Amino acid sequence: MKKDSAKSLRVFAIELAIYAVLVTAYFFLVLHLLGNWLYQLETKHRILYAVVAILLIAGQAVVLDAVTTVLFRLLRRRWR
Amino acid sequence: MFFPISHSHINPVYLVLVGFLVGILGGFFGVGGSFIVGPALRLMGVDWNYAVGTDLAHIVGKSIVAARQHRTLGNVDLKLGLIMAIGTIGGAEGGAQLIQVFKRAGNVNTVVSWVAIFVYLSISIFMLWESQKTLRLGKRLSPRKPSGVKDADLRTDHSAFGPVTKKIQGIKIWPMISLPTSGIQEISLWIILLVALVGGFFSGFLGGGAGYIRMPSMVYVLGIPTHLAVGTDLFEIIISASYGTFTHAIKGNVDILIALVMHTGAVIGAQIGVVATQYFAGPKIRLAFVPLPLIGVAIVIYTLVSGHKL
Repeated sequence: MKKDSAKSLRVFAIELAIYAVLVTAYFFLVLHLLGNWLYQLETKHRILYAVVAILLIAGQAVVLDAVTTVLFRLLRRRWR
Repeated sequence: MFFPISHSHINPVYLVLVGFLVGILGGFFGVGGSFIVGPALRLMGVDWNYAVGTDLAHIVGKSIVAARQHRTLGNVDLKLGLIMAIGTIGGAEGGAQLIQVFKRAGNVNTVVSWVAIFVYLSISIFMLWESQKTLRLGKRLSPRKPSGVKDADLRTDHSAFGPVTKKIQGIKIWPMISLPTSGIQEISLWIILLVALVGGFFSGFLGGGAGYIRMPSMVYVLGIPTHLAVGTDLFEIIISASYGTFTHAIKGNVDILIALVMHTGAVIGAQIGVVATQYFAGPKIRLAFVPLPLIGVAIVIYTLVSGHKL
């Protein structure tokens, strides 16, 4: 039981570390590229901005959820 | 990191950590966590209008992740969630209109503060009484489980408030509908809409997603098992918070870049919160819920006493 918990914790820590690297890359690449475009959109086309905002947050939710699920599955299989 | 839309400088690590914390709360309790995110953004110098709108955008993303996870565990009643979304949006508009009335009368801050204190305290006191009574009853009636067995049993969630819930379910006002996923054979559509309307009203009046009102209402008034109430509430929040995000974005109150950064932390937090619900029975989740509205009370009292808006 204790061994299982320790293994789960180790897998989770590795998942968190990989996830942190991916998220940092994401900050620099995607947000940096999108920042100016979103700012222009927010000042000039509010309705389009509102639609894009919802699509972006929903899209990010689906993608990151998939990334964490795949990461967790892969790591669990590897450590089993 | 500079966020040009709201003209603010915020450390992204701070945003990720705030997102992580409210992600856990959201996944475990089915709440949006606006009572934490709003003040946390305000502390970093973000204007209130941006704090409110951005929080709603981040809630959409976090709720998608948590609701998806809850759905895989069978904790989402889609039919109930869709019906409730209609009532919530209607109620939110009503709450926002009442805010305008008090704004014109010039006493909006005082009225909203006292209503918030009363509502939050009532929820905490009632849930503390009910969950403790249910846990005591459960201990007396059921033998001890062997250690290591998961504590949660989704379909047999008991409550000391159960007899009152049964009476509410017995009210026959046409149309009557069934909610097989939630284990409810028959309930009036109007009662569901009323619960959603009240939740939506407080969402519009007090701000945030009002999960602290809707989740307990679903358990005590509609008789939904706690795990399903948490999952369904999250699904319903996706719809109502998307609507809120859209209207706030049009008014220029959403910095989507802040929401996106905060959401990266919330993804992990929400998953931890969802997994944790598997290890706790309904009354224990309800007991753990008690401090949340009290945090809201503390924040409101602080703003009343100090005169600051945090």
